[in-house]
Amino acid sequence: MKVLWLQSGGCGGCTQSLLCHEPRPLFDELRGAGIEFVWHPALSEASGEEALAILDDCASGRREFDVLCIEGAMLRGPNGSGKFHLMAGSGRPLTEWVQRLAERAKWVFAIGSCSAWGGFSANTPGNPLEACGLQYDTDTPGGLLGKAFRSSGGLPVVNLAGCPTHPGWIVDTLEKLALEGLSAADLDEVGRPLLYAEQLVHHGCPRNEFYEFKASAEKHSDLGCMMENLGCKGTQAHADCNTRPWNGVGSCLKGGYACIACTEPGFESPGHAFQETPKLAGIPVGLPTDMPKAWFVALAALSKSATPKRVRDNAVVDHTVVRPSVKKGGK
Amino acid sequence: MKRIQVGPFNRVEGDLEIGLDVDAGRVVAARVNSPLFRGFEQILVGRHPADALAVVPRICGICSVAQSAAAANALSRLAGVTPPPNGELAGRLVLAAENLADHLTHFYLFFMPDFCRPAYGDRPWHAATAERFTAQTGSAVAPWLQARARLFNLAGFLAGRWPHTLALQAGGSTKAIGAGERIRIQALLREFRAFVEGRLLGDRLEAFAALPDADALHAWAASRSSDAALFLRAATDLGLDAIGRGSERFLSYGAYELFPAGVWQPGGETSALDTGRIAEDVSHAWLYGDAPLPPAEGETRVAADKAGAYTWCKAPRYASEVVETGALARQLVAGQPLLHSLVARHGGNVVARIVARLIEVARVLPAMEDWLRAIEPGAPFCLPAPLPDSGHAVGLVEAARGSLGHWLSVKRGRIERYQIIAPTTWNFSPRDAAGTPGALEQALVGLPAGDGAPPTVQHVVRSFDPCMVCTVH
Repeated sequence: MKVLWLQSGGCGGCTQSLLCHEPRPLFDELRGAGIEFVWHPALSEASGEEALAILDDCASGRREFDVLCIEGAMLRGPNGSGKFHLMAGSGRPLTEWVQRLAERAKWVFAIGSCSAWGGFSANTPGNPLEACGLQYDTDTPGGLLGKAFRSSGGLPVVNLAGCPTHPGWIVDTLEKLALEGLSAADLDEVGRPLLYAEQLVHHGCPRNEFYEFKASAEKHSDLGCMMENLGCKGTQAHADCNTRPWNGVGSCLKGGYACIACTEPGFESPGHAFQETPKLAGIPVGLPTDMPKAWFVALAALSKSATPKRVRDNAVVDHTVVRPSVKKGGK
Repeated sequence: MKRIQVGPFNRVEGDLEIGLDVDAGRVVAARVNSPLFRGFEQILVGRHPADALAVVPRICGICSVAQSAAAANALSRLAGVTPPPNGELAGRLVLAAENLADHLTHFYLFFMPDFCRPAYGDRPWHAATAERFTAQTGSAVAPWLQARARLFNLAGFLAGRWPHTLALQAGGSTKAIGAGERIRIQALLREFRAFVEGRLLGDRLEAFAALPDADALHAWAASRSSDAALFLRAATDLGLDAIGRGSERFLSYGAYELFPAGVWQPGGETSALDTGRIAEDVSHAWLYGDAPLPPAEGETRVAADKAGAYTWCKAPRYASEVVETGALARQLVAGQPLLHSLVARHGGNVVARIVARLIEVARVLPAMEDWLRAIEPGAPFCLPAPLPDSGHAVGLVEAARGSLGHWLSVKRGRIERYQIIAPTTWNFSPRDAAGTPGALEQALVGLPAGDGAPPTVQHVVRSFDPCMVCTVH
């Protein structure tokens, strides 16, 4: 399966993250599944005219490829000209290249939240960059390719949202497509592959015991649950970050800071400071997904009243001060 | 004379186009175009100051932690809080891991594949070099990716993930590690040392870092077959130690309390850093502005149709002079003898820039081992750092590619102005109002170019390890 990759209004972090693939080094992993890059801006030898020739051959149908991966937001400004990113050496807007190539691709993947929804680039007040995602303008269907777009393989844009994407999300989705095929049933309502988006970040969170008892962190580096005070959206964000480790062992929560829901459309503009939880009458405004408010309030009150001392004390310090007790005689 | 546009200039971070005026097969003038505009300074205005920690890492996917560190540093100053030693050490370890990974990602994935081109098929070193470094398939690629992924497990432990962490805060680091985690991170550092000593150098870090001069380096390379030795053989054969001279003034903000800040030029003393002498000129950028402005008063306003402009990159100047920044600058300012020897004859050059990165790997990795040992489990990693409603602050760090500064002002609890000068903004700046070309623009003059020319321009451009997405933040 042949993959063509282009970058535009983004940081390149999804590619850098992809290179962290474990356990097998990226190119070996992909090669083993029969996947190769036709061209990738950071990783291919071909440069300048040689690279342009490859892109032009793909865009004009002279050279076949399967998957078009786009990383970074689509910059349509200023005034619809696309001049905020003219692809080097070609003098043409990158958005025009993407439109031409998307018509030839069997499948189109948006790599990261910038290319899926527009991300930070689309978030300057008034959006002077006229930035958008491939098939979304923040949470509104549309974007560069339009709501009705379907690639020749029959799917809308596959949104590998995340800021950045986990290497496994990209590799697993490419491999699923290459080895078993990918259908609409494999994607959620906003085009994200279910293989990572059918979970919540909350699932497998190492702070779950603190969550259960509403034993909350009060300041950075505290061990407690970060939902009540520090802006954590793990109970609302779709991704498997706490069951699929980042960089071998990590996750945002394991790193001691809030999930900012970077896989969700509009995450970059939460309407409050990222690391603070907005509350109404002491209750967080953003409640856990699928949880009725009255239940949450009742359960929170009950669990707070039942919090063991160990959990309460450990929640507000940066290392365990009260260990789980050990029964005498090992029983 | 002929004008050619070279692009897309790949195997750099982001998009890059180089305009060359070529006469009789030689470059007579170069114009560096950063063709993508990002607009992050505007994204930050009006937000809560602490939000900068969530926003700025997303400027750059390859120097994400450096951006975090600059913002955290500025916010620490704004709050008037000094992070506790553990927080400082943890932040430094994550930044150093990113910087070392970037140096070698540049070496293995971005820079070395150019030596594998068929144009060099007749050189005696070509077969061995192509076997090792061909893009994506060379035998060095998988071991490097493995070593890189494992090194970034350090970030998994200390910062949750890489890139784009929120672990670095004004008050220190959000992740307090215990003795068990420290043991596992020590094992990761040992593993990385084994890769560097085994594959990259073929020698102990300490032995490589102690090489005194260019002659010693060449003798060292002649006696081994490591990746660094392969590079030195090819680069010396191609005369890359004599080309790529930039502005001949080198800037460093100082790094890790290991390398000092300052400005160095050949034949001169290192002078103390004075950030008051920094100003950005926008005369050749698609941006509004007249006189150069210091970053604390800087503006970024788009003027897409401006006559005479050819890039989205501003032209920062130090005391009105063009400077070069990066590993070479850091090591020259620090007085490192081998690098002083390498620039003595031909000034800043391709070989010196690469060797400077290798020297940094050799010098910083042992320091990381020390920092890790100095972390005290149980002692605090983060202090409260409430931010004032108004104020100004500057955060300066050294990213892999050089000096990175964030200039921040806050009014009524919101970011009023946020100006960033990134390393590649220095190195790949366009001409200023006086018509003086930027560092890379100077380095390209005189090189062979045009039909049938060897890929010399490619080596010189990539020797700076540009990060274009930062450049046009």
